[in-house]
Amino acid sequence: MRHGVARFVTGFLALPVALYLFYVVWPFVQAAGYSLTDWGGYSDSQHFVGLDNYVRLLSDELIRKAFWHNVFFLVTVPLFTIALALFLAFLLNVGGREDRAGIRGVFGSGFYKIVFFFPQVLSLVLIAVMWQQIYRTDGQGLINGLLIKIGLVDADNPIAFTADPEPFLGVPAVLWWLLFIAVWSGAGFYMVLFSAAMQSIPKEIYEAAILDGAGRFHTFFRVTLPLLRDTVSVAWVYLGFIALDMYALVFVMTPSQGGPNHASEIFASVLNFTAFQKGQYGYACAMGVALAIFTILLAAVQLRITRRERIEF
Amino acid sequence: MSTATHGLGQADQASPSRPAPVRRARAPRAGVGARIFNGFSHLFLVVWALMVIYPLLWVVMSAFKGDSEVIREPLSLIPSKLHWDNFSRAWLGGHLGSFFLNTVLVLAGSVTLTMLLGSMAAYALARYEFRGNRLIYYMFLSGLTLPVYLAAVPLFKGVYNMGVTFPLLGPNKHLMLIVVYIAWSLSFTIFFMHSFFRTLPDSIAEAAMVDGASHTRTFFSVMLPMAKPGLISIGIFNVLGQWNQWYLPTLLMQSLSGEPKHQVISQGLIELSVNQGYRSDWSGLFAGVTMATLPVLIVYIVFQRQVQSGLTAGVGK
Repeated sequence: MRHGVARFVTGFLALPVALYLFYVVWPFVQAAGYSLTDWGGYSDSQHFVGLDNYVRLLSDELIRKAFWHNVFFLVTVPLFTIALALFLAFLLNVGGREDRAGIRGVFGSGFYKIVFFFPQVLSLVLIAVMWQQIYRTDGQGLINGLLIKIGLVDADNPIAFTADPEPFLGVPAVLWWLLFIAVWSGAGFYMVLFSAAMQSIPKEIYEAAILDGAGRFHTFFRVTLPLLRDTVSVAWVYLGFIALDMYALVFVMTPSQGGPNHASEIFASVLNFTAFQKGQYGYACAMGVALAIFTILLAAVQLRITRRERIEF
Repeated sequence: MSTATHGLGQADQASPSRPAPVRRARAPRAGVGARIFNGFSHLFLVVWALMVIYPLLWVVMSAFKGDSEVIREPLSLIPSKLHWDNFSRAWLGGHLGSFFLNTVLVLAGSVTLTMLLGSMAAYALARYEFRGNRLIYYMFLSGLTLPVYLAAVPLFKGVYNMGVTFPLLGPNKHLMLIVVYIAWSLSFTIFFMHSFFRTLPDSIAEAAMVDGASHTRTFFSVMLPMAKPGLISIGIFNVLGQWNQWYLPTLLMQSLSGEPKHQVISQGLIELSVNQGYRSDWSGLFAGVTMATLPVLIVYIVFQRQVQSGLTAGVGK
């Protein structure tokens, strides 16, 4: 019996573990090794340089810039997406009429849920290609064209969107425009997630609140939102990962993939540029390891902060 | 816009599901505030719905326009004439047809095998105690946090060297992409199915074993069928995830010795759009985006309940 178990477990795990080790773990281990060398990526010459690459990271102007841009997305993507998603879920579930059965969801909420979810099934690449056309900086773009037509924007001086490095609230405008796309594509998904969580809250809790004379706003902020805490914090963690991975948008939508003039560089774009354009592969690996450490720390911190006693119902 | 809102509100009022007289009696109690709020809800929801649908519709409609029309009337939603030739041009000239074929070939293998290998590993890890169990589980989990870019060059080198010994597993080969997709999808699949297998009751597996089924047989004939809801969720997740994958194919489906590239759909489109500046076939690009988008959207609309619950369950766990 015991022997049978060992054979069974080995049989079931051998292939997945082997594939995973070869195609995922081994490349990462190698990358960590390269980060201690001055390898260029193409040549055969490589020397061990110890932690030099990491020391260099600390004083790299471009990396510092990219780091703050990452932090910007890390804060704003979850914040705006969750706020909007909660707001939409609130409208969907509480925006309807009041009657004896309590407050209803709005009419057509099923339809809205289907539509708002659309962007989630499209790849970030498709979304980026699509928005590239919407954000075009001439009269052919959807937004510029519309605004020029109704006279809000001068045809000779259209909105530059992702080609605009000018700071807005201290952050390059291009980042705000990318943020908008991220929020646009994520809000529907999290709205569906929050809606489902709202609907799993038992009716009796609402009835009790209504009996106590709470209106729909009170009910939402004092009852629903606290009960959604778990879901919201999970969403926050996931959106954090998405925020670190804005690379597809930067890659497709910004001039010279991180431009203009490095205004939209993030960690991943600097990493790719350093590795494949500048041919400093060892240094790029150090960036990657730093990013991985940062990500893992962040995930740990987030899990720590958001872990709280659950309310069972 | 306000008329649309109004229209929806009226439809609600005219809804036959609730008896009219009762509601009329109740209406005053609902109060002006509630009505304004209801109207506001509809207004905002309609605006957001338009913001989602309009760009999509605009892309689809632009795909039917002639090139000069795209430039002359960029905003109109209704093309003066349906230019189906954009689609055939993108399909043949833009190679979208072969992108599709490549994607379907790869996904047919990679999704099936990801599910099979992923649930096998998850099952062994979730339901059997052995030394190294936690280690292997956390090894798979750690893959969720690591940035793929970091692994890019070593991964390419690994694939390249593999191709020297086994040509079918080298760069620009379907089989290679299948294997790589499986490896990179295992983390989440195992993570998801692990928690799923944990929730299945022990008694049924035990009963099967008492009846003389082997471990393997218990898994395939009893436990795997019981995990069907989880399999559907993770299946949808993997189909969408691998269909939308762009970084790995861009890295690995490179042509080294001049033979034609076997691009998959996202990779192909990104290359079309990045190179667009040189060719300026706008309507062809719109047609390409449309053709890549519609199948996913249609699958989603048909299976929207499963897709929504599948994807949200992935986060909820």
